[in-house]
Amino acid sequence: MTASTANDQRFREFKMPDVGEGLTEAEILKWYVAVGDTVADGQVVCEVETAKAAVELPIPFDGVVHELRFDEGTTVDVGTAIISVDTNPGAGPAGAAPEAAPAAARAAATAAEPEPETGGRQAVLVGYGAAPSSTKRRARKPQPGAASSVAAAVQAELNGHTAPVAPVAPVAPAAPITPVTPVAPEPALGGLALASASGGRPLAKPPVRKLAKDLGVDLATVTPTGADGVVTREDVHAALAAASAPTAASPAPLASGAVAEAAPGAEAASGAGALVSRETRIPVKGVRKATAQAMVASAFTAPHVTEFVTVDVTRTMKLVQKLKTDPDMAGLRVNPLLLVAKALLVAIKRNPDVNAAWDEENQEIVRKDYVNLGIAAATPRGLIVPNIKEAQAKTLPELSRALGDLVATAREGRTSPADMSGGTVTITNVGVFGIDTGTPILNPGESAILAFGAVKLQPWVHKGKVKPRQVTTLALSFDHRLVDGELGSKVLADVAAVLENPQRLITWG
Amino acid sequence: MTVDSTAARKPRRGSSKRAGAKTRAAAPGEPELVQLLTPEGERVEHPDYSIDLTAEELRGLYRDMVLTRRFDAEATTLQRQGELGLWASLLGQEAAQIGSGRATRADDYVFPTYREHGVAWCRGVDPTNLLGMFRGVNHGGWDPNENNFHLYTIVIGSQALHATGYAMGVAKDGADSAVIAYFGDGASSQGDVAEAFTFSAVYNAPVVFFCQNNQWAISEPTERQTRVPLYQRAQGYGFPGVRVDGNDVLAVLAVTKAALERARTGQGPMLIEAFTYRMGAHTTSDDPTKYRRDEERELWEAKDPILRLRTYLDREGLADEAFFAALETEADALAKRVRDAVRTMPDPDNMVIFENIYADGHALVDEERAQFAAYQASFAEESN
Repeated sequence: MTASTANDQRFREFKMPDVGEGLTEAEILKWYVAVGDTVADGQVVCEVETAKAAVELPIPFDGVVHELRFDEGTTVDVGTAIISVDTNPGAGPAGAAPEAAPAAARAAATAAEPEPETGGRQAVLVGYGAAPSSTKRRARKPQPGAASSVAAAVQAELNGHTAPVAPVAPVAPAAPITPVTPVAPEPALGGLALASASGGRPLAKPPVRKLAKDLGVDLATVTPTGADGVVTREDVHAALAAASAPTAASPAPLASGAVAEAAPGAEAASGAGALVSRETRIPVKGVRKATAQAMVASAFTAPHVTEFVTVDVTRTMKLVQKLKTDPDMAGLRVNPLLLVAKALLVAIKRNPDVNAAWDEENQEIVRKDYVNLGIAAATPRGLIVPNIKEAQAKTLPELSRALGDLVATAREGRTSPADMSGGTVTITNVGVFGIDTGTPILNPGESAILAFGAVKLQPWVHKGKVKPRQVTTLALSFDHRLVDGELGSKVLADVAAVLENPQRLITWG
Repeated sequence: MTVDSTAARKPRRGSSKRAGAKTRAAAPGEPELVQLLTPEGERVEHPDYSIDLTAEELRGLYRDMVLTRRFDAEATTLQRQGELGLWASLLGQEAAQIGSGRATRADDYVFPTYREHGVAWCRGVDPTNLLGMFRGVNHGGWDPNENNFHLYTIVIGSQALHATGYAMGVAKDGADSAVIAYFGDGASSQGDVAEAFTFSAVYNAPVVFFCQNNQWAISEPTERQTRVPLYQRAQGYGFPGVRVDGNDVLAVLAVTKAALERARTGQGPMLIEAFTYRMGAHTTSDDPTKYRRDEERELWEAKDPILRLRTYLDREGLADEAFFAALETEADALAKRVRDAVRTMPDPDNMVIFENIYADGHALVDEERAQFAAYQASFAEESN
């Protein structure tokens, strides 16, 4: 154990033991013996102070003290040899060891010794042992000798040899090095790099860690395919194979352009991961992350109620056609969504209480006398909901222009955060995908969202006869904390009524 | 103070009154304690407890204490050399342990804490076996039933319940064996000990509760554990308690023998408070200079259990220089044997952790064993 042999059985080293259940270092307070003193097994040779206690250390050998490796006042890691004993002093002069080597050089020699094969940690009986650190010879009370010994030890480590090093000008004791969590991916393996989504230590079982270490693979660069993002043995092999075959690691196009745009590193890593798995792992970030957070926050704070109404919008569709040729709308885009927006604004005007927000913190309902009309937009970056400010005050051409600008800006990916904040109500136009309707989730901070379904030619009873009519389904989700069923129903019924007979835009508007 | 057998048979009526009377008779502020050998090495008599030992028996007790102390010191040294993860020294408590340990019969059963190295010695447990656990190479290296010495219990006070349950079993078997449970002043505050007192009293279990009050529960002094002398706690449960000079091996032997005899003859449990002192640290991880004064230790050094018996042996001419010299040599040999044994203790096979769980095996343990074996094997299978 600690009484291991050094170069041969004659000179034996006594290593700093862990005298207090899981300690990692101790300061040598006092040496009771000097070089040349005869010692016996069990004889106290020094006093050390740990975080818990000051204790005396008995030597485990008989012999003559050959070396004291550290000065008093030095803090030494558990497992570091502190004294060597010539267990056969009658065998002649100790030629192997330097007799008057400076303490710094001796320390340097010790520092450059390879670590025993215990996975980089000293084996101790309790706890995990002391991790090898760069602070090995840090003096708690800085002394010139100790400081130069630090410098020499560091120098020897840098040089990678054990020759005595000329004393370096005293430097401050090496500061403890704080481990830095890698946040940016390090392209250690031919550009194969993955930014750890969590920014933390990669997950892997100890045998896999050892494998990666043995193969020289940085676990942080390996794409995990195991459950819960755990790096598997196969992943390590795949990463190694990918690194040795650069073509295999070249970026492969992904299905989602949005991800490619946002995280090129992730794309490359996912491409490599596909070599061993038919799953693609896409880091959750950016718009996706924001969307997820918003949806979870909304769905689990606002009690949603969704109501549906199916309505004959034939007249609205005719009006859309007419408006397209109206001189006032020249150069502007006229579509059913525009009239749905106008219908919703009319409905809000008639039922202003729906245009409100729930203020949990202040326990107040905030009714807004302005309407910032949000339009859910599918963009290359994902779902965003920019809104048209002061929509209630806009004429139809102004609303059309604002809507057109909003959509264009969103498609170009230039929507600013200001464009997306402050919304009071939202329309989601799922109809463009051919869908009848849905149960939309509220944009956080708003109390109502209207889903506009596909307009389809359907058999409909019109003026007592079944006729093919343009029919759509509207759905309105509302926050039931502040919008009762009556209010929500009125809003939805008003929207439907306007779309059924757009004349009401004039009578109600 | 003590309670005689008459009082013990009628615990409800008699014991508290008699105990109270005895206590009042003691010097004010200092409860009486049974003593047969003074700190100055003078033999004294006690009305309730007496002992008559041959010179050989006295030398035997002395030898036990010296060897135990030497073994204990060697273990402390080994811990300081990094050979043991931890050691709990018994320094100062040799008389309490040897006296009580020698009072037991082979068929009695002992439930120790983790500090009963002297009792283990008396029971015939090889000292090196005690060290395996503190080195971390086994979970208690002896077969409890070989010496009727249960494994060391690290959890404070739980062995009092184990002992009580075992004693109830002894009673059901109709055997005339006794059971002795060791614990400390700190454990006296544990619920387990209170429960053990209750059950043992109600079931009249043949168990002796041997509390070594060494004055310190790690850094907590006894006055922070109790408002009354610990032995008086027994009254409330309905069985007698007695305080004995824990540094007087003769008194401890006499009192423990009497208590075990009570148990064997169906008179139920008894509490012995061995008033002693922990001369060293709680364990090797502890530094007592941080919480107690050197003066206190010096006070107790004058009451050293080995010294007073040595004085007595010398004065009465019961042992000669040859005996002491031979004992010294024997102690050195024991220390060397322990040292060599510890340093050459092999690390256990990893799979050993699955042994000694179920007498007849268990499907879940089998499954876990196989899983762990595969896991271990996964370290070795790579060759790149």
